[in-house]
Amino acid sequence: MVRVEFLGPIKKEPLYLDAATLQDVADVLSSDKEMKEWLQSCAVAVNDTLVSSLETPLCDGDKVSLLPPVCGG
Amino acid sequence: MVELYDGALDVEEILARWYKEESRSNYGAYIPFVGTVRDEDGIEGLSFDIYEPILEKWFDEWQKKAKTAGAIVKMAHSRGDVFVHESSYIAAVFSPKRRVALDMIDEFVEDFKAGAPIWKYDLRDGERIYAAERSTPITGSGLLKGES
Repeated sequence: MVRVEFLGPIKKEPLYLDAATLQDVADVLSSDKEMKEWLQSCAVAVNDTLVSSLETPLCDGDKVSLLPPVCGG
Repeated sequence: MVELYDGALDVEEILARWYKEESRSNYGAYIPFVGTVRDEDGIEGLSFDIYEPILEKWFDEWQKKAKTAGAIVKMAHSRGDVFVHESSYIAAVFSPKRRVALDMIDEFVEDFKAGAPIWKYDLRDGERIYAAERSTPITGSGLLKGES
């Protein structure tokens, strides 16, 4: 199982999914209507490192984080 | 290490302490940037969420970059509510000569705005409203959006 967490303004509890790659996470989230807009604008981190490929492999216990648009300062 | 505080920053304490910390380090330039919440559009203030693990990594990368130029960076930021005319952000660069610090403070603050994992909300009637239109997607965003 991987833990998928939603950061900042996304009001959603963490999900626990069976996923071998980020593609599997994308498949689950893209069928979730409330996530559709967020998926357009979110960056993704695996175990707190930003990633850029849906082929990123996932292992049991990994943490996937969705980071919506930022504005510090 | 980034300094994180609940609520507004104590600007005078932080700037004075950083000055003292480096007063014998032989830096010729100390260039701070202080971000203060302005009274505009009827907001009561701003509020912030921070994701610390990625913020620390982002800052560590900047510290390495600064080191290659003989400089150091320091940063403090607020968590939670910061009201109008209070300050939520301080960044500073120390360098041997002024040019490095003047250029780096600009680059550092712009990169911070574009990539540091911090989310801003307007405070109106005691409610937090995500500042979506002022926020910037992190590079590489949209990875999970699928076919559409």
